Amino acid sequence: MIEIQHIKKGFGDKTVINDVSAVFQTGKCNLIIGTSGSGKTVMMKCLVGLFEPDSGEIIYDGQNFSEMNTEHRKELRQSIGMLFQGSALFDSMTVEQNVMFPLDMFTKNSYPEKLKRVNEVLDRVNLKDANKKFPAEISGGMKKRVGIARAIVLNPKYLFCDEPNSGLDPQTSLLIDKLIKEITVEYNITTVVNTHDMNSVMEIGDHIMYMYYGVKEWEGSNKEIIFSKNQRLNNFIFASEFLQDAKDMRMLEAKGKIDNNRDMDELLK
Amino acid sequence: MKFFTEFGRYLLTLKGMFSKPENGKMYWKEFMHQCSEIGIGSLGIVAIISIFMGAVSTLQTAYQLVSPLIPLSTIAQIVRDTVILEFSPTLVCIVLAGVVGSKIASELGNMRVSEQIDALEIMGINTKSYLIMPKLMASIVVIPMLIVISAVLGIWGGRVAGTLTGILSPAAFDKGLHQYFKPYNVFFALAKAYTFAFIISSIPAFYGYNVQGGALEIGRASTKSVVVSCVLVLFADYLLSSILL
Repeated sequence: MIEIQHIKKGFGDKTVINDVSAVFQTGKCNLIIGTSGSGKTVMMKCLVGLFEPDSGEIIYDGQNFSEMNTEHRKELRQSIGMLFQGSALFDSMTVEQNVMFPLDMFTKNSYPEKLKRVNEVLDRVNLKDANKKFPAEISGGMKKRVGIARAIVLNPKYLFCDEPNSGLDPQTSLLIDKLIKEITVEYNITTVVNTHDMNSVMEIGDHIMYMYYGVKEWEGSNKEIIFSKNQRLNNFIFASEFLQDAKDMRMLEAKGKIDNNRDMDELLK
Repeated sequence: MKFFTEFGRYLLTLKGMFSKPENGKMYWKEFMHQCSEIGIGSLGIVAIISIFMGAVSTLQTAYQLVSPLIPLSTIAQIVRDTVILEFSPTLVCIVLAGVVGSKIASELGNMRVSEQIDALEIMGINTKSYLIMPKLMASIVVIPMLIVISAVLGIWGGRVAGTLTGILSPAAFDKGLHQYFKPYNVFFALAKAYTFAFIISSIPAFYGYNVQGGALEIGRASTKSVVVSCVLVLFADYLLSSILL
């Protein structure tokens, strides 16, 4: 579990995160959503220590990250995996070397043991026959999967994903979302995902935090988001007419005004 | 004021390199990789520059020494001292500032922009230590070696040019090489080589590591690092000459 308490972060005169508190539960996909510039990425960078918050506390399972010294942070970071927006794979290394890198750095395992683990995680993310390829030779979706494989190779307790669906087609996005969800449940990880992808919100959002210009505007689950009365959130999530209609339909279904088992083919005749 | 801010950040970047390695073996591997990249990668250009530098020195010295009272072997002596004292350490390091410096700056800049440095940081790796230290150490080890090779090749190039053009015989050249040779000159050349090696690796590493933005900024950082390195090499050259000679 990760707890953030009264986090504030600014750059110069501009406050990017203003007094945000939240709890990210273990074994759940915790989503931070919001428009571009709402402070999602800054929040995630504060969580993993790439930015230092101006005030507030970040607590990883009872350990106060804000008060840790460099050595303690380094230790904790070995239990953190992160998937970056652009995958951040090492260009000069093959897929196999990329995934093996954390094992090389932090374990004393023999090469066959490391290779076995690499193949295990690559299998887990459904990536086969790509071991010897370089990042430049694989697709965006494959890069994301390699990124996830590298993030989970050391069995992390915490997984952070910064816009895992950016630049991917809807079908691949769904596969990545599904993978993140499965891994979260399977390894009982605390997963925090930054996204503004509507599909992700509805598919994997066990716990959703909506940020609006640095302030936490709404919090709830993907089931509750449909019934949210927050106008800003509704404008953001159900931005298009199509999505607004879908939301209305879901609400009517939930209220029992439309038959859940209606035969769409019959209705469309 | 900006200069002091930049200088402070540069010192902090260097200070950040000193920490216990997470895995000594990986650091050693990276160090050896950098030795090969910097050393073997620059050997060709260093050899070409050095041979022609020595050859041209011989021809131009012979052109200027018109007095029949001066023995021809003096040409070799002048070529030897010029190559050892100035041409090999300074000229070659200025070229290396371009070759090695731009490579270091653009490599680190690209890693910064594509979040590879952040990825390493999140894994719990001291990126300053893992990415900058091996480059710096490899430069300090390999560049003086390149300077020694350059000096040898420069003198050899001068000898070949002197022989081919008929300015002086190999025997006269060899005689000149042994005249009034001061081993201190080699020490001076190596002192310059170590200093310049530090400059041409640490400055680009600083600019590359701290790039913010995109492709344009990587290019700017690379250019700036080469310019600053060259100016500092020339400045250090003057300073060392005035102190050590």
